[in-house]
Amino acid sequence: MSAVLETRGLWKSFGGLMVTKGLNLSIAPGARHALIGPNGAGKTTLINQITGVLRPSEGSIWLGGANITHLPPDERVRRGLSRTFQINTLFPHLTPLESVTNAICVRKHRQMNLLKRRFTRLSRRISEIDEAYALLEQLNLARDCFVVTHKLAYGKQRLLEMALALVARPKMLLLDEPAAGVPEGESDELFAVLAELPRDISILLIEHDMNLVFNFADRITVLVNGEELVTGPPSEIAVDPRVREVYLGKGH
Amino acid sequence: MNASRREISNRDTGYLKSMQDRDRWKPAEILFWIALLCLFFAFPTKLVFASQILITGLFALSLDLILGFGGIVTLGHAAFFGLGAYTAGLLATHGWQEPLTGLLAAGLVAGAAGYLSSFLLLRGGDLTRLMITLGIGLLLYEIANSASDFTGGVDGLQGIEIDKLFGAFSFDLYGRTSYLYVLGVSFVLFAVTRSMMHSPYGLALRSFRDNSTRALAIGIPVKAILTNIYTYSAVLAGFAGALLTQSTQFVSLDVLSFERSAELLIMLIIGGTATMYGGFVGAAVFMLVQDRLSNINPQYWNFWLGLLLVVMTLYLRGGILGGLGRLAQVLARRRKKDIA
Repeated sequence: MSAVLETRGLWKSFGGLMVTKGLNLSIAPGARHALIGPNGAGKTTLINQITGVLRPSEGSIWLGGANITHLPPDERVRRGLSRTFQINTLFPHLTPLESVTNAICVRKHRQMNLLKRRFTRLSRRISEIDEAYALLEQLNLARDCFVVTHKLAYGKQRLLEMALALVARPKMLLLDEPAAGVPEGESDELFAVLAELPRDISILLIEHDMNLVFNFADRITVLVNGEELVTGPPSEIAVDPRVREVYLGKGH
Repeated sequence: MNASRREISNRDTGYLKSMQDRDRWKPAEILFWIALLCLFFAFPTKLVFASQILITGLFALSLDLILGFGGIVTLGHAAFFGLGAYTAGLLATHGWQEPLTGLLAAGLVAGAAGYLSSFLLLRGGDLTRLMITLGIGLLLYEIANSASDFTGGVDGLQGIEIDKLFGAFSFDLYGRTSYLYVLGVSFVLFAVTRSMMHSPYGLALRSFRDNSTRALAIGIPVKAILTNIYTYSAVLAGFAGALLTQSTQFVSLDVLSFERSAELLIMLIIGGTATMYGGFVGAAVFMLVQDRLSNINPQYWNFWLGLLLVVMTLYLRGGILGGLGRLAQVLARRRKKDIA
């Protein structure tokens, strides 16, 4: 089967600094693909190119067999590509219910006529609000759905990150260190949510927590200095001497 | 639709109700508009001044849409106000004296200018935007100044006559007709704007203001939404300008001046941004204070205004409405404590 997401010969440089060097990444349908690598390997830069925030210097990006290299970010979301952020990137002054309802209305943008979009009260969008509440319930956020986001506990904010990404009904979900900064006691909730994501969502996971990576991923790509070092199943990666060298230094 | 609503009413709908409460007109809002209507009977000799405050309030509302809700800074919003004012004025001097269609034409012209200029400024950062809006404002001012055959230049555009409103009510010297006209138009425009800010579109706009990176990531077409609100804001400003022309039957060159843009910003900040009413409250306070102070000391009133601005910015975050909101919260908490 053809890949859900592909990068072909992707290069990115900032001035003289090469941050992505000829990357050919291919994510299979239903994959749980992890992208690991030391700090500064260019993982987040890659995500920003895939989502359209940054423009690659060379090469192309393909989603579901279509070239999306030159599409604006919002069009990519509409085609089923969404992401979470390493650092909470939420709407601090909206409640979770408003945030998610907002995202749902954006997704349904084309199904609503101008009058509904512009002039009907938000509280009339009953099916959208219902859907938002149901999603928040699924992610254990229902009880906090009226709390202004910036007052939510950190772990809850991480869950809201997930909720906002899931609204787009993604075919391809990019998770940028979903567990970053979550204290150990609170991370179970998040991992449970990750584990339960349906298989029709393909996932590219960036993560530093090797426990999570090896439990979750069925395929791993190691990125070093913007270059693919190796890609393979976890069992191969775990014993690959080159990977050990990158993570532990020479002499091990 | 009906079926789904019935189904929902059988469930716990607390979350739905909280959204409805947010959208509903609050008693204070209804009181605000009734009070404006009562002014008509309470101060029959001050109606000309009251009209000007309302017009300025509407103009400040238009700024609130892009600054408070859209997060776009501007120092040249008078450009659209002035375009509206001159459009209505020039139409009238060239024989098109019907007020409502004149108003509409002014809104269209200002809106077209807003739409076109939006492409110049939306690409830049805050500083770029300040400079571009400032530049466009100066440009228009000088064009109006030098085309004095057409606009009257510094002498202003004179000889404007406006037909009776609905063919029945003439614009009298005491400003009775024009006050009700301005109030009616302002209320309709406010109600339309309010429903926009409480629609899915308004939520998208608020969310963009809150975090543009996330707004982009959930698929909000950010550029389109900004072009949109900027254009609508220009239309409102154009309406406000036309209202001023029609109620004073005169256009002075300073409708396009930098001072007008700058004072507008001050008013909005005094009143409170992103509140819908901050513009009206700020305009009223600013113009009343200006009126009092300039009576006391016609030369130095700007001194007190400057002081007021500094103190308010430092100690009254969110302007007057922001302060009132916090006061209400404190009182509510205290009442809760008393009951407990």
